[in-house]
Amino acid sequence: MNTFFQTVVDRSDLILEAFFQHIFLSFVALAIGVLIALPLGMYVARYRKYAEPIIGVTAIFQTIPSLALFGFLVPLIGIGSKTALVALIIYALLPILRNTYAGLTGVDQSIIEAGRGMGMTPNQILTKIELPMALPFIMAGIRTATVLTVGIATLATFVGAGGLGDVIYRGLQSYNNSLVLAGALPVALLAILFDIVLKGIEKKVTPKGLKI
Amino acid sequence: MNIISFEQVSKRFSDGTEALKDVSVTIPTNKLTAIIGPSGCGKTTLMKMVNRLETPTSGEIYIDEQPVSKKDPVELRRSIGYVIQRIGLIPHMTIAENVALVPELLGWKKAEIKERVNELLYLVDLEPETFKKRYPLELSGGQQQRVGVSRALASDPNIILMDEPFSALDPISREQLQYELKKLQRKIQKTIVFVTHDMDEALDIADVIIVMRDGQIEQMATPAELLANQVNEFVREFIGIERINRKRDFGEKQLKEFQALFEKSTTSSVQPATSSMTMRQAIKKLDQDPDGRLEVMEDGAVLGYVGYHTLLQAAIQGSEQK
Repeated sequence: MNTFFQTVVDRSDLILEAFFQHIFLSFVALAIGVLIALPLGMYVARYRKYAEPIIGVTAIFQTIPSLALFGFLVPLIGIGSKTALVALIIYALLPILRNTYAGLTGVDQSIIEAGRGMGMTPNQILTKIELPMALPFIMAGIRTATVLTVGIATLATFVGAGGLGDVIYRGLQSYNNSLVLAGALPVALLAILFDIVLKGIEKKVTPKGLKI
Repeated sequence: MNIISFEQVSKRFSDGTEALKDVSVTIPTNKLTAIIGPSGCGKTTLMKMVNRLETPTSGEIYIDEQPVSKKDPVELRRSIGYVIQRIGLIPHMTIAENVALVPELLGWKKAEIKERVNELLYLVDLEPETFKKRYPLELSGGQQQRVGVSRALASDPNIILMDEPFSALDPISREQLQYELKKLQRKIQKTIVFVTHDMDEALDIADVIIVMRDGQIEQMATPAELLANQVNEFVREFIGIERINRKRDFGEKQLKEFQALFEKSTTSSVQPATSSMTMRQAIKKLDQDPDGRLEVMEDGAVLGYVGYHTLLQAAIQGSEQK
């Protein structure tokens, strides 16, 4: 235990830098992932015939082992944080896309019919009925994507993008278990922390009338 | 004005089913018209064409002589009240927000909307102070549909469409709401198109009843006319001999009062009956053998034979006497 704390203190510079890199990678990947997957989910929920192929493609990406995906991208994009971000975004897409689609298509059709019958435009139905009602689902998708991304971001080290994977990898190479732990522990804490924060947001954004 | 008329309206769905076949009809103004028929008869399709939730394959619907196909569907729908069976209140909006929906869409002023919401909630017997801030899921089904009705009335439309609005409710709330709709209609005098599959409901609340089958209108009449006079066997059966009886206190009348209608002889299987047997008992007996006849005896002599058809005629005659 003591050696672990000693390691943390000795290597605090490295760990701290890696930690912030890790947060940066995860956060940017998630933000872009949401920006892509959310509108895409809305689109396929409205034009259902595209849902199957588009969600299918993202599902195929998901099945590629993460290490292999990083490997594929290197000859295409080169090394560095850009490559890592692309890979992480690809992984974040599916949970968000699928939950957005499921949330939007799962809205009670009678409510939509009532909205249509009262003269709401398709966009008003989307913003006033479908999105608020699908919000808990969408947030759950973002949470899943977050935990996934924080974990997979440890692999960014192999394309030279840094992150806590650096610390772990160095520890492994030098048979330094304390250093491995000093890299792995923050990853786990980060994943849990993000999840708690997002859970709080999810609770806050769930409309009151839906909690009954 | 608000005259709704259908001119040679047909609808064929993409799977080939013909929902409506050349229907032409004018809905009476400021009356409650019930469209009734077995499921799949096209009654809902017909109604939904009024606010363009369905489009006819051929033909045209006119509101005050203006073809609806030339109107903007969104604007058209905002000018027509709409109540659906599964209520469809928006769960994350309060009761007040739900009722205010159409006035909001129409861009009314805040104060105006607030006043209107209070007025409407009173109209459907929901205390505004108690209900305004609550959410739909906190209300019972009957209360929710009261909100549904008040939402449809919000912008004071001249036409209101109701798609089996009470059929998902429990019997007590249903009767209550039927009663209140009648009361409300006396007050507001709107053109209401009310789709139902419940003949009792139609007879009870409608001013005019349209009976449909297989995408066509079989008969259009007031409830009294419909009970007295059915254009064909289908309508007769659809109204149901038992219901005719129930409506006219017929059940307790005795067979001998209709002796003139008795058949003189029969070839069908017979069951014994007495002339003092009530109509209700007679129907029950015939239900066991619908094609059979009752052999009506009085003081040991056969007065004649009674079949389903005789009872029906008796029922119709009885309702005409009234």
